Amino acid sequence: MTEPEAAKGVKDQAADWLQRREFWNWSAQDQSDLDTWLAQSPAHEIAFVRMEAAWRRTERLGALRKPMRLAQPLSRSRRWPILMRTAAASIAVVVIGAAGFLYVSRPSEKTFATPIGGRETLKLADGSVIQLNTDTLITLRINERERHVELKRGEAYFEVHHNATLPFEVVAQGHRITDLGTKFLVRADRGELEVSLVAGKARIDTADKNDQAHSAVLSPGDVAVATAGSLSVVRKSQSTLQTELSWQRGVLIFDNVTLAEAVGELGRYNHRKFVIADPAIARRTIYGAVPATDVDAFIRVARNVMGLKVQQKDGEIVFSQ
Amino acid sequence: MVDTPDKNRESAGQAGPGAVMSAPELRGWFAREVLPLEAILIQFLRRNWRNKSEIEDLLQEVYVRVYEAARKELPQSAKPFVFRIARNLLINRFRQQQVVAIEAVADLDTLEVSADEPAPDRAAIAHEEFRRLQAAIDRLPPRCREAITLGRIEGLNGREIAQRMGISEAAVSKHLARGMSILSDLLHREPGEGEVS
Repeated sequence: MTEPEAAKGVKDQAADWLQRREFWNWSAQDQSDLDTWLAQSPAHEIAFVRMEAAWRRTERLGALRKPMRLAQPLSRSRRWPILMRTAAASIAVVVIGAAGFLYVSRPSEKTFATPIGGRETLKLADGSVIQLNTDTLITLRINERERHVELKRGEAYFEVHHNATLPFEVVAQGHRITDLGTKFLVRADRGELEVSLVAGKARIDTADKNDQAHSAVLSPGDVAVATAGSLSVVRKSQSTLQTELSWQRGVLIFDNVTLAEAVGELGRYNHRKFVIADPAIARRTIYGAVPATDVDAFIRVARNVMGLKVQQKDGEIVFSQ
Repeated sequence: MVDTPDKNRESAGQAGPGAVMSAPELRGWFAREVLPLEAILIQFLRRNWRNKSEIEDLLQEVYVRVYEAARKELPQSAKPFVFRIARNLLINRFRQQQVVAIEAVADLDTLEVSADEPAPDRAAIAHEEFRRLQAAIDRLPPRCREAITLGRIEGLNGREIAQRMGISEAAVSKHLARGMSILSDLLHREPGEGEVS
């Protein structure tokens, strides 16, 4: 029996192959060299399989993206500032990001939209910041007389620089949110408006202004849900709110949500259609983080963590047992 | 990133016990059924083998034997199969050395009893997994951690990592390989047992 190679040496080689494949240019020749190495001995093959299995598990580490990353400037190559000045008011809006669209509808009004999977940060001259999530359409009317935003579609996070003489108001689906110095998230989804207050204070007035019950002042942690005829307020913990804001970092954090809810969320960020073929698995819960626009990462989680079958055909992704 | 083993995993799931598997199927089976046993397997080896510097080589040998045997015929259940091979290997080594660890006998007899534990709650596993991943990253040496974090979490490629860290590409390769290797130990073994080699 020939003396086996020392395990340490084999492991080091496997790690080197894997990092070369994952992080550097990888040619057909490289693949063929790797195949040769793998074929040399089962120990090589096993060490590589083992290394790869561990590496795959680290996929969920996306959730470790620190919120401080938000505060860092985007790398210079990705920075794409557009500075606009309205002649009358010299109020500037800066757009940072790669996939923003800007329409000028009326002279006093500006419209911003993100595509599915897109994200934008709008920095207003008054110091306020608006972050647009996927598939969102928003109109701004900001000048010396008013700060008025209409969320026509999608979801946006507001960090409002308070100005008592010039209230900041957001209108969505006919409901009105007025800032009293605040950070809040607004999501318009299928006839329902959800307003989550992260910090400060805000007031919401629903479309039906005649009814006294249709107005509420929100404190941090409050989540108001408004429909055409009703308004309810529930409370969520800060950590839950932060989880719901993870899209700001390009990540979706699922904290024990059902598979149905998870693919519903994922569907907001991707063009591909998700189908759960088996009702029994729709209720299975899932915990973890995935990049919002990386469908393949989610598929791997479904396969490897949940043990599901995933088939892709005609642009549909079908989950089954 | 190159993505092949998932397909393998799926097809391996369709091969029943006793079936002869292709190489990708075998790899998939190994990753799914055998690697999760590494924590208890290495505990078993450590308890029963005095020379701790040889544990890694023993583990490798168990794996190779498992792999070769499974290539001929896929076992019904991975755990008793793996531990039978580990036990036989140890017994052979004991004979060669003419020493036997005292605990070994008891261990060997009780092994198969615990082969089928009830499946724990999936959500709890996911929580635990996530916590373990975080802990593993935190335990990497600082430069490794930085390279791995930039690569895995920020999604940079090797060249970009080199630029961000201000070091050569060769140095990045070393940090990445070392980081991957340490992570593989931390993740395949119990928390607190990562200080191997």
